[in-house]
Amino acid sequence: MEAFRIHTGRVLPMRRSNIDTDQLIPVRFLKRLTRTGYADGLFAAWREEPGFELDRPEYQGATVLVAGPEFGTGSSREHAVWSLLDHGFRVVISSRFADIFRGNSLKNGLLTIQLDQEVVEALWERAEQAPDQPVTVDLEALQVRAADLTVDFELDPYHRMRLLEGLDEIDATLRYEDAVRAFEATRPSWLPTVEVA
Amino acid sequence: MAGQTLAEKVWNAHLVSRQSGEPDILYIDMHLLHEVTSPQAFDGLALRGRKVRHPELTLATEDHNVPTSDIFRPIADPVSRAQVDAIRENCRKFGVKIHALGDPGQGIVHVIGPETGLTQPGMTVVCGDSHTSTHGAFGALAFGIGTSEVEHVMATQTLRLRPFRTMAVNLIGTPQPGVTAKDIILAVIGRIGTGGGQGHVIEYRGEVLAGMSMEARMTICNMSIEAGARAGMIAPDETTFGYLKGRTYAPKDERWDAAVEYWRTLRTDEDAVFDRVVDVDISELTPYVSWGTNPGQVAPLAATVPAPGDFADPVKRAACERALEYMDLTPGQPLAGIAVDTVFLGSCTNGRLEDLRAAAEVLRGRRVAGGVRMLVVPGSERVREAAELEGLHQVFLDAGAEWRNAGCSMCMAMNPDFLQPGQRAASTSNRNFEGRQGAGSRTHLVSPAVAAATAVAGALCSPGALPAAESLPAQHTAEV
Ligand code: SF4
Repeated sequence: MEAFRIHTGRVLPMRRSNIDTDQLIPVRFLKRLTRTGYADGLFAAWREEPGFELDRPEYQGATVLVAGPEFGTGSSREHAVWSLLDHGFRVVISSRFADIFRGNSLKNGLLTIQLDQEVVEALWERAEQAPDQPVTVDLEALQVRAADLTVDFELDPYHRMRLLEGLDEIDATLRYEDAVRAFEATRPSWLPTVEVA
Repeated sequence: MAGQTLAEKVWNAHLVSRQSGEPDILYIDMHLLHEVTSPQAFDGLALRGRKVRHPELTLATEDHNVPTSDIFRPIADPVSRAQVDAIRENCRKFGVKIHALGDPGQGIVHVIGPETGLTQPGMTVVCGDSHTSTHGAFGALAFGIGTSEVEHVMATQTLRLRPFRTMAVNLIGTPQPGVTAKDIILAVIGRIGTGGGQGHVIEYRGEVLAGMSMEARMTICNMSIEAGARAGMIAPDETTFGYLKGRTYAPKDERWDAAVEYWRTLRTDEDAVFDRVVDVDISELTPYVSWGTNPGQVAPLAATVPAPGDFADPVKRAACERALEYMDLTPGQPLAGIAVDTVFLGSCTNGRLEDLRAAAEVLRGRRVAGGVRMLVVPGSERVREAAELEGLHQVFLDAGAEWRNAGCSMCMAMNPDFLQPGQRAASTSNRNFEGRQGAGSRTHLVSPAVAAATAVAGALCSPGALPAAESLPAQHTAEV
């Protein structure tokens, strides 16, 4: 995972709620066996509609997606996160995220920030009026800064630390091997096991 | 000390380590895999030279990509075939048991876990699939995870998580005859919204559950994710134990007794406090259906299509406007009577034997309307076999429906079963998102009984509104 400290980029405003995982990446793009190569799948159905936000000239190169509530609802597919990253997004701001999507994003270095809907609206307006104006997302200071707007955000300190350092979570957990073994010794004998292939 | 909720009890019983400032390390009792969300995780393991820590606590199946007809021919779509080949190869390399296409144990991951007794009360069950919440019907803490977490579980048999918040959904009253578990859960989602359960485990409570079969409880827990929740749970009881007894992976003899003794402790203490409590009166409920493009956009089938102006919240108003356009519906139009092209009976929500029985009951002596295609897809090969033993397949075939092999099928358009742009389906699945059942597809979520009635009427219809069925030759009315 790439570390995340501070990022400055332009905003793609998406005035929509319930941007579900089937919109983020339709199932026909889920058949790859890799973690990359999903840029074409991002919003594939909506991209067929003329005038879709993502393809408007003024938002080309935007790296901070700002959307309405219930972002990432639906399936657990991590491909949704991979497609956003592959397309070049580093940050998604929404007034509410689906839990699994949020967990997936933070494990892949896509910073998801939950802000009040009023702030989301303020960011939408600014981006629509001045698409060239970048925002800065500062994970060390836990701040989003636009030209005339500074807002603090919260992030679980553990996820913040992992993102800042680009840490591998499996390595971190493997350090608890003794605790895991001790736990395993106490598991009741009735618990099911499957034949090993 | 205050009492604990069911979810907290299961969490605490799986706590490997709790360090301040870090998420808990939670032990995972069973890890289920399918072909779509596992290849990158296996790859990650291989790349680092890691193994699957406990292949005996891991089980794989093929469900999302697989065709549901001509299953013994090579999979036609080369990309689907590559994904299926990959999981077979990965399972072989890492020693994981897999129910491949054509195997009598194959089926949708959330159907085969419960039906083999692999899902038991008090367990932690995870899968790279959001509808893992289904398994919570047994009083297990079961939730969907992403591919990075799949890799983490394979490598460590644990997950790093902050405890979920707890939410009680109290189902108050007794439902009217003809109201099913699907109607109840659609109404619950309509009430709390698609984000209402965010961060929470929902425990469903209420007298109505005592009389509910495990299948019905699974339908309810299955759609917890549609309310935004991490998981849904129902405290285990005699129905749960009775269902499990004798199943392949259920404990035997003294171990069964010890297990049941423990399982009986798995209920929320009287003095436990939930972070959130929602009461939903189900006594006046009638069959429910979705009209929009998220599962919170639902209404009684007897109602009319809402207007954007009915919603005070501007976000909901905009969502309604967009949904009506996509669904090609007009405010004020009665929901009953909306013509459909296709009826899909199946999925991990409603692809179990009881669901097939409920639909067959309606279809017996009736025919699917001309021009309507009805697809009946059992959730597992075992469900298919059991249904055929009862002659249900004959009821479907006689009515003019298609009878298929097990898989996710038209729940999501990842296999050969999907809708054409603009087509409209009544579907017993769980998601009505834009394009979910094929690019440009339109989905109305319904119960199995409403699906069957809709197939007969050719338009959204409740079973009670159908004209009487013809009387039938004897073999079709065999006891079920
Ligand atoms: S039936 Fe549908 S919801 Fe269930 S696992 Fe398959 S694709 Fe997912």
